[in-house]
Amino acid sequence: MKFVDEFRDAATARVLATKIAALCEPGRRYKFMEVCGGHTHTIYKHGLEDYLPETVSLVHGPGCPVCVIPMGRVDDAIAIAEHDDVILTSFGDMMRVPGGRGSFFDSKAAGADIRMVYSPLDALKIARKNPDKRVVFMAIGFETTAPSTAMTVLRAKQEGLTNFSVFCNHVTIIPAIKAILDSPDLRLDGFIGPGHVSTVIGCRPYDFIARQEGKPLVCSGFEPLDILQSVYQLLLQLSEGRCEVENQYARVVPWNGNTKALQVIGEVMELRPHFEWRGLGFISHSALRVREAYADFDAERIFNLPGVRVADPKACQCGEVLKGVLKPWECKVFGTACTPETPIGTCMVSSEGACAAYYNFGRFTRERVKEATRVDLPSPTVGAGEVAR
Amino acid sequence: MCLGIPGEVIELMPDHDDLAIVSVEGVKRAVNIGLLTEEGGVEPGDWILIHVGFALSKIDEAEAKASLDFLTGLGDAYTEELQALAESDIT
Repeated sequence: MKFVDEFRDAATARVLATKIAALCEPGRRYKFMEVCGGHTHTIYKHGLEDYLPETVSLVHGPGCPVCVIPMGRVDDAIAIAEHDDVILTSFGDMMRVPGGRGSFFDSKAAGADIRMVYSPLDALKIARKNPDKRVVFMAIGFETTAPSTAMTVLRAKQEGLTNFSVFCNHVTIIPAIKAILDSPDLRLDGFIGPGHVSTVIGCRPYDFIARQEGKPLVCSGFEPLDILQSVYQLLLQLSEGRCEVENQYARVVPWNGNTKALQVIGEVMELRPHFEWRGLGFISHSALRVREAYADFDAERIFNLPGVRVADPKACQCGEVLKGVLKPWECKVFGTACTPETPIGTCMVSSEGACAAYYNFGRFTRERVKEATRVDLPSPTVGAGEVAR
Repeated sequence: MCLGIPGEVIELMPDHDDLAIVSVEGVKRAVNIGLLTEEGGVEPGDWILIHVGFALSKIDEAEAKASLDFLTGLGDAYTEELQALAESDIT
């Protein structure tokens, strides 16, 4: 366990904190977004913001796939589940996500056959065992889970199964980052890039962020020291006038990703023209659908879906939280009407949602005090002259 | 669902060329290894990072230990994921 101890070594963290502080230009404020919910979790669990100067703030991004599923898609899935001959299968994370007409749990309590599975392959097994039922898998997630869905569809086709389909809600991370960069109400200085998504897509797709948007990005591991190291690398780039994609998590993330995973996604799925993200609205080319060649396994083609867009509850400010514009505790219903037990917004449902992470680690009180006493200065953007390539 | 869980490959399943028996904290389950063909496949003793029943990357033992430590710190989220994995049966 020595390796783990090294990662948690508080002395190393303090050394990094000193190096980070030394890189900060006096009077300049820095804002970095951690895209992935797993990183948000580490930051709050270990109180990493305490290691950073007041002028460096970390904001949470949209990297929680459960959090971004719009209410209308939950309603569509429930409409599928309400067919007498359907078994809807879903990851446990989705069960409590509220739609316009309640959650999967509510629908299950009302009599629909909705079952939790660990893997789409478990859903496939249920289909094999229940030939008289139509088994639908609620497919969600970024590029980390999309290859699993694609592999399962390929397997279903190979086995000649005719009672299995997927309700495809897979989303892609790059357009979401692009949408955030286009958002006028948030100015960022760089990104802590996601870890596990990058094991599939690699580091190359982030290139446009450095080249076109002029923001550095560092793919990061999940240990506290990984994240501090990534902040250090981002600041180092800015101080040297560089703007690049760097891979801090090279021990797991290959630069080119998992080519087989990308190939199976491309075989089974294609980009949708646009897809609605909860709180973020419609984003072009930001989600995947099943290709025509696999239409027999596409629940959207098999079932007649309501497809109705449902507005988020007025009180819910998940959209602002997902874009990093608001801290979770700044939402009007955080911790009062909206808690992990009775979530109004999706950010409170998933353990990787920023609100749930804040809530579970009880840091919001400290944050409230800290923020109340903080004087905000405008954050300068990186000028074109600072882009090294 | 989003958590990558490290596991140690115990044996390849002779009658399923894309499945391996993997031990995750003592729980032995079948995991699909079909996405690691470009990485040279897997052998018993290898450590892999598992997402929803599929191995997505090979890792070394030290990284596996670090990941487990991180996951254990997540509390309920990891317990629920392990529980779901224990109930999984993907032959």
